[in-house]
Amino acid sequence: MSSATATATRTMPATSQLATFWLDGDLFGVEVEHVQEVLRSQSITRVPLAPPAVAGLINLRGQVVTAIELRERLGRKPRPEGQEAVVIVVRLHGEAVSLLVDSIADVVDVDVRDFEAPPDTLDGVGRDLIRGAYKLSGQLLLALDVNRAVGT
Amino acid sequence: MEGLDDIVEEFLVESHENLDQLDQDLVALEQDPRSRERLSSIFRTIHTIKGTSGFLAFNKLEEVAHVGENLLSRLRDGALDLTPSRTSALLLMTDTIRALLAEIEASGGEGSTPVADTVVVLSAALEDAPAEAAVEAAAAVVEAAEAVVEAEAEVVAEAQAAAPAPVKKAAAKKPPAKRASRAKTPVPAPAPVPAVENVPVPSPPVAAPAPVAELPQEVPVPEVPAAPAALAPEPGTPEAQPKGRGVADSTIRVDVDLLDNLMLLVGELVLTRNQIVQYVGRQNDQDLIRASQRLNLIASELQESAMKTRMQPIDHIWSKLPRVVRDLGLQCGKAVRLEMEGKDTELDKTLLEAVKDPLTHLVRNSVDHGIEDTAGRAAAGKPAEGVLTLRSRHESGQVVVEVADDGAGIDPAKIGRKAVEKGLITADALSRMSPQDLLQLIFLPGFSTAAAVTNVSGRGVGMDVVKTNIEGIGGTIEVESVAGRGTCMRLRIPLTLAIVPALTIECAGDRYAIPQISLQELVALDAEKAAAAVEDVGGASVYRLRGELLPLVHLADVLGLTSDRHDGHVVIAVLSSEGRRFGLVVDRVINTEEIVVKAVSGQLKQIGLYSGATVLGDGAVALILDVQALARRALRTETTDRQEHRLAAAAAAASVSERQRMLLAAIGGGRRVAIPLDTVTRLEQVRSDTVERVGSREVVQYRGAILPIVRLDRHLGAFGDSDREVLEVIVYADHGRSVAIVVEEILDIVDGEAAVQSDIDDLGLLGSAVIGDRVTELLDVRAAILAADPAFYSPAPGALPGGLGSMPDIDTSAFGFEGTSSPLMEV
Repeated sequence: MSSATATATRTMPATSQLATFWLDGDLFGVEVEHVQEVLRSQSITRVPLAPPAVAGLINLRGQVVTAIELRERLGRKPRPEGQEAVVIVVRLHGEAVSLLVDSIADVVDVDVRDFEAPPDTLDGVGRDLIRGAYKLSGQLLLALDVNRAVGT
Repeated sequence: MEGLDDIVEEFLVESHENLDQLDQDLVALEQDPRSRERLSSIFRTIHTIKGTSGFLAFNKLEEVAHVGENLLSRLRDGALDLTPSRTSALLLMTDTIRALLAEIEASGGEGSTPVADTVVVLSAALEDAPAEAAVEAAAAVVEAAEAVVEAEAEVVAEAQAAAPAPVKKAAAKKPPAKRASRAKTPVPAPAPVPAVENVPVPSPPVAAPAPVAELPQEVPVPEVPAAPAALAPEPGTPEAQPKGRGVADSTIRVDVDLLDNLMLLVGELVLTRNQIVQYVGRQNDQDLIRASQRLNLIASELQESAMKTRMQPIDHIWSKLPRVVRDLGLQCGKAVRLEMEGKDTELDKTLLEAVKDPLTHLVRNSVDHGIEDTAGRAAAGKPAEGVLTLRSRHESGQVVVEVADDGAGIDPAKIGRKAVEKGLITADALSRMSPQDLLQLIFLPGFSTAAAVTNVSGRGVGMDVVKTNIEGIGGTIEVESVAGRGTCMRLRIPLTLAIVPALTIECAGDRYAIPQISLQELVALDAEKAAAAVEDVGGASVYRLRGELLPLVHLADVLGLTSDRHDGHVVIAVLSSEGRRFGLVVDRVINTEEIVVKAVSGQLKQIGLYSGATVLGDGAVALILDVQALARRALRTETTDRQEHRLAAAAAAASVSERQRMLLAAIGGGRRVAIPLDTVTRLEQVRSDTVERVGSREVVQYRGAILPIVRLDRHLGAFGDSDREVLEVIVYADHGRSVAIVVEEILDIVDGEAAVQSDIDDLGLLGSAVIGDRVTELLDVRAAILAADPAFYSPAPGALPGGLGSMPDIDTSAFGFEGTSSPLMEV
């Protein structure tokens, strides 16, 4: 898992860093370079008639940023009452968008050799948004396709 | 300096900048004499100065620039090489121009700054003069000029007077700056004959091009001492000016992007200020409160100043219009005088750019269509000269710009005919429109009233584009016209786009902002009043606002939310969009505040209800409602919508289904009649014992007028219950006349997808349709109204069916039977 295991002959970068988070019992990761910041307990203004995955708008130091409810987006059940979402602000094509997740975890280095296509157990909606899975020791890390995830 | 025209001031600023560049360019050019680019750039600069100074009648300046330009053009074309002497000559020219500019700035005129020497040197440089001689000549002049500074008045006079006679003495002796030396020096260089034409010194009226003999006496001496040291053609002149900053020093050019960014930051500051002020309001710390008050003040001032950096007087775009009007007037053979009021009114640069073209279009329109030709004006008893007036002023946070003419005005009837002719509306729709509505037709795409297409206007593009452009920047346009008296187009433009005043309201627990520009008034009704005044029929509600029917839109319904207001109170924000009013029912009105408009992402924009979002004082995000979209979505009868439908209908070239809101009424005998809601002005209840008779007709007194009555049941041959105590009345008003249509009961307001049967053309009905699963007759409102008041549409159009003449007597019901039976049977 460390960069020492990488060999110079690989065409794609052998390792990359993923910022990981928990969502509905699964561990997900997004490329660190997309992540701008992580915020806790933001008040969200709902947007009536918006697509269901749009949780609303948040005020990010004066910027108005759309918040995507990742549970809804991945076709998971709603977050239990009383559990507050954590906001991951990602920057894509110069625009900030935020993802609502359950809780934030570590930044991990992943090795391409541990990468596999999305497991068959993943169902419909979510499957398109997952690039694949990294087999970490004792845990599967699902790599989120951020671009698709925010493109509701 | 305050005496200076804006134009002159601008010219000065621009020229000073250009001259600085010129100095650098010239020096650089010396290193690289072949650089075409630099030469062209220098040429352009001088050319500009020449052009502008000629236009502003600064003749000396023009003269110097002209000779310089000649030299430059030959250098540029490669006809001459750039020698050091020529460079010196050009630099001298720069200095002289600078001196002239300084004088213009100081006194508003060119004064007596000597230019002849420079002209001589430049002319000499134009020839293939020996380099040495020219250099010396230049040096001599420079020194002489320096000498002039200290010299006494008469010396200046002498030098100046001597100048016009340089033909044979181009100036090139040994330098020692003996004051008058130049004049007496024999010319080693070939005589620059062409220079003669360039020489005449304009301001002091020195006799003629043959003045060598009579020198100093002719010079108007009194004027000379006025030339201060600053006049010396010397680069260091600004220091010599005693008073504050010169024009060039007091302004800088700033990138607009930078200003945008500044504005953005100020917006953020204002929001943060709001937050802090709100928070501090709950504290007791006196120091903190004082500090926050200061912050409040400073932030407001900063906001104002930042906004001002982007403000420009409207004169910037107006200044080009006199020419437009003059040329166009000549072209059209009309005498037009342009008057301007409120030139100083300022608005945001971006907005200024945005209204430039629409405004020019309106002005052209006025001259071309509005103002009559001389013969026409004489016939109308008006002065031969037409007056076109531009007015602008600030009014409640907006800039109002009017383009008014005293021309023939717009004839609504003519507009209507034209619109029907072009298939923009149906003849039937025309009959229902008020004159004011008719005027609005000029904003339809493809509309033009010009009898002939001229190259000025009349191609039917324009007014719709004008309207689109103005609305694009959050503005509105109205037209007012009195036939024979003139037309006034009125633009209302927001001051700035970045920060707008808005009303914040609450709906279903969330806050929303409504731009103040579309808000007309607020109406709050307590439960008791609301129950009486808001008529809620089948989900579509209307409110009688001072007698007018105001369609109501419940924001919670539009947003798919559930209102949390259960006490029966109704709060209505009366909004107007594209000339159409409606009432937005909200839960609560919170505040008015300045909001900073933030864009929302594309997917939220697509919803079509929000024009953006903003951050409120407490840091919460609020959506900004797009009033126009709201109106379009919620009001089927909204003007543009109807127009679109009519256009579609016209395209289909048949009377096809027309979707509009219909008022459903029962007329007795189980029959239902649908009446287009847009023809209805009011719903009233009238006690039957107040109905009186005038001849064979029934009338009722209503608001101090006599209102003719038509009973629909009789008119259409249904037998209703005519003994009712209270009559349900639909009031229709137009052209200042009203009629009352009596029905049995108002049932509902529905969106009618009315499949009108085109072959049915009976009196009293347009046809029938299935509305709400039931056969419903479509009332011919026009016929019904004529039944009550034959003179309603006077002068009566000839299109009336012959039988209508007998309509007033339709109390006999047999008539109606005939008219109504067939549609019922056919459906």
